[in-house]
Amino acid sequence: MTTETRTTSLLDRYAEQAGLDAIEQLRQLAGLLTGLKVVHVNSTRRGGGVAEILEALVPLQQELGMDTSWEVIEGTEDFFSCTKSFHNALQGKRLDISRGLLCEYEEVNAANAERLRPVLEAADIVFIHDPQPAPLLTHCPDRRGKWIWRCHIDLSHPYRPVWKFVRRFLLGYDASVFSLDAFAQPMPHSVYLIPPSIDPLSEKNQPLEPEVVQRVLEEFGVDPERPLLLQVSRFDRFKDPLGVIQAYRLAKDFIPSLQLILAGGTAADDPEGETVLNDVREAAEGDPDIHVLSSGHYSDRTINALQTGADIVLQKSLREGFGLTVTEAMWKGKPVIGGNTGGIRLQLVNHRTGFLVDTPEGAAMRIRYLLTEPDRIAQIGQTAKELVRHNFLITRHLREYLTLMVALTHGNEDRIELG
Amino acid sequence: MIDFAIKDCALGMIATGRRAQTLRELRDNLRDIHPGCIYHHFWGTLLRPQVVDREYNNDFAMWCYSSLHDAAAAERLAVIDPADFSDLEELRQELIEVIDERLDETELMLFARADRQFHFARSVIVVFDTHKRLSEPRELVEALPQMSVGSIFYHFIDARRRDPMSVDDFQAWLVGLGPEYSELCDAVAQIDPYFESLFALRERLTEVFTQHFVPGAVASRRSQECAEPAAENVQVSEPRTASEDVIPEDVI
Repeated sequence: MTTETRTTSLLDRYAEQAGLDAIEQLRQLAGLLTGLKVVHVNSTRRGGGVAEILEALVPLQQELGMDTSWEVIEGTEDFFSCTKSFHNALQGKRLDISRGLLCEYEEVNAANAERLRPVLEAADIVFIHDPQPAPLLTHCPDRRGKWIWRCHIDLSHPYRPVWKFVRRFLLGYDASVFSLDAFAQPMPHSVYLIPPSIDPLSEKNQPLEPEVVQRVLEEFGVDPERPLLLQVSRFDRFKDPLGVIQAYRLAKDFIPSLQLILAGGTAADDPEGETVLNDVREAAEGDPDIHVLSSGHYSDRTINALQTGADIVLQKSLREGFGLTVTEAMWKGKPVIGGNTGGIRLQLVNHRTGFLVDTPEGAAMRIRYLLTEPDRIAQIGQTAKELVRHNFLITRHLREYLTLMVALTHGNEDRIELG
Repeated sequence: MIDFAIKDCALGMIATGRRAQTLRELRDNLRDIHPGCIYHHFWGTLLRPQVVDREYNNDFAMWCYSSLHDAAAAERLAVIDPADFSDLEELRQELIEVIDERLDETELMLFARADRQFHFARSVIVVFDTHKRLSEPRELVEALPQMSVGSIFYHFIDARRRDPMSVDDFQAWLVGLGPEYSELCDAVAQIDPYFESLFALRERLTEVFTQHFVPGAVASRRSQECAEPAAENVQVSEPRTASEDVIPEDVI
């Protein structure tokens, strides 16, 4: 009884955000999968985009009637050092990994397989997230279900020796999933394309009281009464924080009250991060209206407040996969000025939900345009929110997972007619 | 009277791994690409992120415009109406002919940037029964607004691929019910599926059925809308043209 109440309540809460028809469609699709044992496996319970998605996805699948569980592999320091190198090499960094670390990767997976084998072999559907647990399949010879490799990273230009090593563990899978077609690599099985999503009920995306937003802005020395630009991202050259400052300066000549927040951190494994941050600090020096928030450990609620309090959000990347901060800002009804690159081009409809730009000058022009047309800000913001509602919430993400699961369990034909 | 079975569908998008960087490569791929790709790049766009109006109506045209910057090719590809072709092979031939014609007349070999290649994809469509049944067309007045966009896609778009006469399921049902619905059938046929989002199509269909069965309701709603104009949303806006890519000069 308690479970039933909770089930209804969670789906109802998502229905408020995504619409009743979206939830009804999930129920219909899930009806074809009732009772199926579904297992997700990744390498961490907390932190990072994958864990964030699973935290929302697993309870939803359970409440839709699937017997879904979430397993996390346990690893050693060397194992994670190896998989961190995989992460960088698979995204294009030329990085050779020692034989010892590669052996550790395989041994840790073998040890985890001993522990997880009964669950994995009994499952109808197994989702393996990213390269860390990829070899588990080879240790489950009596598996009865369909195995799916879900790749959350950009594999468009992998460092070939590392990709060759990882790829051999993926050949036995029934399907792979990539976020964008440009990120995918050829596989001997079907490659599905499912873009990421945001969870409207998470701390990062829930609506906040105006007082909370004002308090956070004041805490960082920002005047809530004056126009505010925001970019949330790591201090990385590809995120072009210096270009953002240049755009802000060009716009500030015409709008002197303009303020800018650059919020982010530097990755521990990115030696260039500190250099970029120093360059940013130097560029911002002497301007009290530029706020460089660099500790990188801001709570989701703080980021939410900054996004909610901003007038315009920038993601002026020179290279970008799928920038979730773009979608988060759009969900908060903000126009986004984004770099004309990668996944941003999918997320942002030029002129309708924001602007795609190639230069700081382009960004400055759009900032000036928007700030002189407050009605346009509201109109674009509303369109952006609706675009996210129908396309980039976790409910759409789940629908595509369910579609994939139905396709795989019903013959994987081009057209599957059921009922 | 035969019941109308409301079905729903969901599309899964599958990468083929095949790409094009020039118009010639696009043409060469089209010669032997899986027919599902042609369907996907014409109709699948309806189920992907979009605001109400699309600048060009299929992915081939959009790519020529935005990545090759070949507006002439884009316009000629955009004018191809997939509903005019009895099957995907005919549509494939038309695409190839239009591109060949463009290749013949231009000496320029336009390249897309490496990160703006055309990626061929296809769809897997999962169709499922909602177990909802309508016994009379009048019931569509209430049922249409409740239908998911997947149902609209299945009954109004996908139906044309299934039906030998390329008509949507609503018309097919009405025709089977006799001549008394011929006027309603004609009104449904007037809705062009190629230019609007599925949300907008749902609204248009609801309006047509409401107009037929409860004419006063549509008139009353329209006058209400005139009195209290709604804020613009993803469903309501004017068709957009390439010229809007420029901020009006009087803005700055």
